[in-house]
Formats: sequence, structure tokens, C-alpha cells
Amino acid sequence: MTKAEIVEQIYEQVGFSKKESAELVEKVFQTIKETLAQGEKVKVSGFGNFVVRPKNARKGRNPQTGQEILLDARRVLTFKPSLVLKNVLNDEPVSAAELLNEDD
Amino acid sequence: MTKSGLIEAVAERTPHISKKDTEIVVNTIFDSMTAALKQGERIEIRGFGSFQVKVREAREGRNPKTGEPVHISAKRTPFFKVGKELKEMVDGVPLEAVQPETDPS
Repeated sequence: MTKAEIVEQIYEQVGFSKKESAELVEKVFQTIKETLAQGEKVKVSGFGNFVVRPKNARKGRNPQTGQEILLDARRVLTFKPSLVLKNVLNDEPVSAAELLNEDD
Repeated sequence: MTKSGLIEAVAERTPHISKKDTEIVVNTIFDSMTAALKQGERIEIRGFGSFQVKVREAREGRNPKTGEPVHISAKRTPFFKVGKELKEMVDGVPLEAVQPETDPS
């Protein structure tokens, strides 16, 4: 699913024009992004929470050369899925085919 | 910010659309994303990130209170991978310093 397909859903289910639907979807994601950029978390009940977390500086290694480098402290975004979403995904037991499809 | 705060903020940016309609739009977005994940579909939102369902294999666990072994069956878990643009926004890197993402859509 892409943003275009979400726009299509809004157009079909809510009845806005395609242009308005696209504008609205864009505004929703833009608002979430800007809120997170300010370090504020975004909690979407029934879906999950997007939380900005600080990471301490640490020593790393260039995997190619083995050279040690210092990785600066940074802020990262994490997503914690809501229990509702996790339950929806597990309404049915996981099939053997799905287990085999795991690539990691 | 909660979902109602998000609806409020989006409604302020779209004065020509009622708050009620904004609420329906926000709910429809997350409902359609939930439905896609339920189908096992991957979701990719340019500039934001992608969502994918992975299967966690069954394992033998233990009740932490009693120490009794319990069987935990395989289950699906949603994963989010942050997109490049949002990743850099969150880390406070000025956007001017960031190469624009190529968007084919």
C-alpha cells in the first residue's frame, strides 16, 4: 500500500474529490512529521505510538575497514504498535507457509 | 499528541474542511492501513516510513511468577522502519543538508 492508495480509500469511502483527499492525507502525515520533529510523541489509539528517543553517543566500527569511529548522540524514532493492532493481526493462527516466508 | 490532538491540528490547517470530516479522514487513514497490514501487505509512505508484518516464531516461554514453562505460539508483529526524510527531521539535521528523496509517484 502506498500513499496514493490511501488517498484512493479516502476518495472512495469519505467522498472527497481526489485532489482534496490527496491534500488531506498529505496534511495528516505532514502534521505527524512536524510534531515528531519537535520531539513530541504522537499516539494514535488503536494503531500505535510514535516516540522520539535519545540515543547516547557510542563507539562504532566501520564494518569494511574495521576502523573505530565515534557515533554521535542522536535522536531516533520508534513505533510501538497498539495492542488492538497486534490483536487484529493475530485473529487467525499463523500458517506454516507464513513461517517459511520469513527471510530473517 | 493524541489522535484527537492530531485531528485538531489537521483541522486548523484545513479551514475549508469541517473538524468532523477531518476526524473521518484520520480514522479512515489508520483503518485502511490496519486493513492492509491484516492482509499481510507492506505499507510504504514516502518521506515517512514503511510498515511491515513479520512473523515471530513459536517458542517455549516461562511464566515469570511461577517459573512454569508455557508454549508461546507463532504470532504476527507489525514493524515500522522510519523513512530517510523523517529520520533526519527527528535527528534535527537541517533539511537543506539532506538530499531530496526521489518520488516516482
